[in-house]
Amino acid sequence: MYSETTIVTAETSQQPLQEGQLVINVGPQHPATHGVLHLVITLEGETIIKIEPHLGYIHRSIEKMSESLTYRQFIYVTSRMDYLSAHINNLACAMCVEKGMLLEVPERAQVIRVIMSELTRIASHELWIGAMAMDLGAFTPFFYTFRERETINDIMEQTCGARLTMNYMVPGGVMYDLHPEFVARVKSFVVQFKSKVSELEDLVTDNIIFRNRTVGVGVLSKADAISYGCTGPVARASGVDGDIRKRFPYSGYEKLQFEQCIDTAGDSFARYIVRIREMYQSIHIIEQLIDAIPEGDFQAKTKAVIKLPKGEFYTRVETARGELGVYIVSEGGTTPYRIKYRSPGFSNLSALNHMASGSKIGDLMATMGTLDLVIPDIDR
Amino acid sequence: MFLKEYISDVYQGVRSLLKGMKKTGYYFVHPSEIITQQYPDNREQLHLPERFRGEVVMTHDENNEHACTGCTACELACPNGTIKIITKFDVSPEGKKKKAIDTFIYHLELCTMCNLCIEACPTDAIKMAQTFEHSVFNRNLLTKKLNLPNSKIREGVE
Repeated sequence: MYSETTIVTAETSQQPLQEGQLVINVGPQHPATHGVLHLVITLEGETIIKIEPHLGYIHRSIEKMSESLTYRQFIYVTSRMDYLSAHINNLACAMCVEKGMLLEVPERAQVIRVIMSELTRIASHELWIGAMAMDLGAFTPFFYTFRERETINDIMEQTCGARLTMNYMVPGGVMYDLHPEFVARVKSFVVQFKSKVSELEDLVTDNIIFRNRTVGVGVLSKADAISYGCTGPVARASGVDGDIRKRFPYSGYEKLQFEQCIDTAGDSFARYIVRIREMYQSIHIIEQLIDAIPEGDFQAKTKAVIKLPKGEFYTRVETARGELGVYIVSEGGTTPYRIKYRSPGFSNLSALNHMASGSKIGDLMATMGTLDLVIPDIDR
Repeated sequence: MFLKEYISDVYQGVRSLLKGMKKTGYYFVHPSEIITQQYPDNREQLHLPERFRGEVVMTHDENNEHACTGCTACELACPNGTIKIITKFDVSPEGKKKKAIDTFIYHLELCTMCNLCIEACPTDAIKMAQTFEHSVFNRNLLTKKLNLPNSKIREGVE
C-alpha cells in the first residue's frame, strides 16, 4: 500500500488566507531555463506578507553524483553549481583533496589560482551589476558590464580552454601552465577596467532612479545576517566582517594587501557598493601578483589514482557570493563516501522572507537582485 | 521647503539622465570602440585559442597511423562514460599477439569538455579540437568513431 503523502502546492503550503490577501507565484518562467526560482508570495494589497521560495526545479544531485566519481573527476561537476565563480568552486574542491593528501601546492600554482579566482570574482560581479540593473529596468548597463566580462572570458579561454566551466584546478595545482600572453593581457585588462569602470558609476551609481529604488530597500541588520547564515557581500553590506580570505586565509591570501569591504547600512544600495568596492580590491590583488608570478612547477607530482586516508576534511573559500564549504568524508577508497557542499546562495536566499516582508512588491526585485542569487548553486 | 526639494529632485533627475545620454552619445560618434560582433557574419575572423576545448579528436599522421595503444586510461578518467574503447589483438607475422584498438567510440552528446581524458592519455593520442558548431539533426551523428578506417598504431609507440 502506498502511504498518502501531501503534495505541497501554492495552496496547501500557505496559512489560511485572511480577507483581502492574495497569493501570487513569481516564476518559474520555463523549466528548461538555467535559473528557475519559484516564489510564492502572500500579498495584502501591494504589501508583501510572506515569501516562500520553492526550490528543486534544477536539482541535479551533484552531491550524490560526486560519491561515484573519483577525486580527480568530481571537481568538474562543481563548475555547474555556481557557474559564475566556477574557478573558485573548483579551487575549494581541489584544496579539500590536497588537505586529505597532505600535498604541498607549488608557489606558482598558488599564485595562478589566486589571480584566476580574482578574475572570476570580477567577472561575476560585472555580470551581476548588469543583470541586477536589468531587473530594475535599466537595460544599458548590461552591455557595458559584459564588455569587461568578455575580456576576462577571453583571457580564461586562452589559458584554461573554456569560458565558463573551466575545470582548470586539479589536485596539486592547475591543469596547464599560463599562456605566454596571459600576463600582458591581464595587464591590459587592468588598464581597461580602471578607465571604463567610471562609465558604470555614471550610468548606475549616480543614477537617481537607481538610488531611489535601492537606498533603504531590503534592509538586513547585522544580527539577522549572522542568524540567517548570510555570507559574502550580502553579510558584509550589513557589517559582518566575515571574509574568508581574511578570516581563514588560503592559497596565499595571507601575504596580500587588500581590504575587506564592509558597509553598515545593510540595504540594497550598500550591497551594490560593497560589490563595486570588491572589484577594485580584486584589481588591487591582481596588480600585486601579476608582476611577481614565481617560476617553478605549476602542478605538484601526484599519483595517477588519488586515495584519501580515512577521515573527514573540510575547506572553505570565499566565492563571489560568499562562503563555499566542501566537506568530504573518506573511507580510504578512491571515491568519497559522502560530500556536502555548503553553498552561499542557499543561506542568502533564506533571508529573503525576512528582508522583503512588509515592503512593497515593486521593491522585491531590488532586494532579490542584490542578493545575487545563482539558482544552480541553491539547488545543486 | 517642499518646492525647494521638488526642484532639486527634478534637477538631479535630469542631470543623471543627461549623464547617461552623454555616454550613449559618446559611443554613437565613436563606433570604432564598439566591440559587438554579429556571430554568423564573423566566422572568418573568429579564431578560437589553441587550448579551446571543443571536441575530442584522435590525431592521425599522413600514413594513417595514430598513437593510441588502447590502454583505456581515458575511458577510466572520463567522469561521464563518454569514451568506450573496444580492443582487439593484432597478430604480427612472427606470430606475436599485440593489443590494439578496434574502435574508439566517443559520445559527443555526453561530453562535458573537462579535458581529463587528454590529461590521462600517456601517448598524446587524443587532443581537443577547436570546433564548436556541433548541432546536427540526427542524434546518432553525435556518437563518433575516432580512429579512421584501416588506421594502425604508429611504430615505436608503447
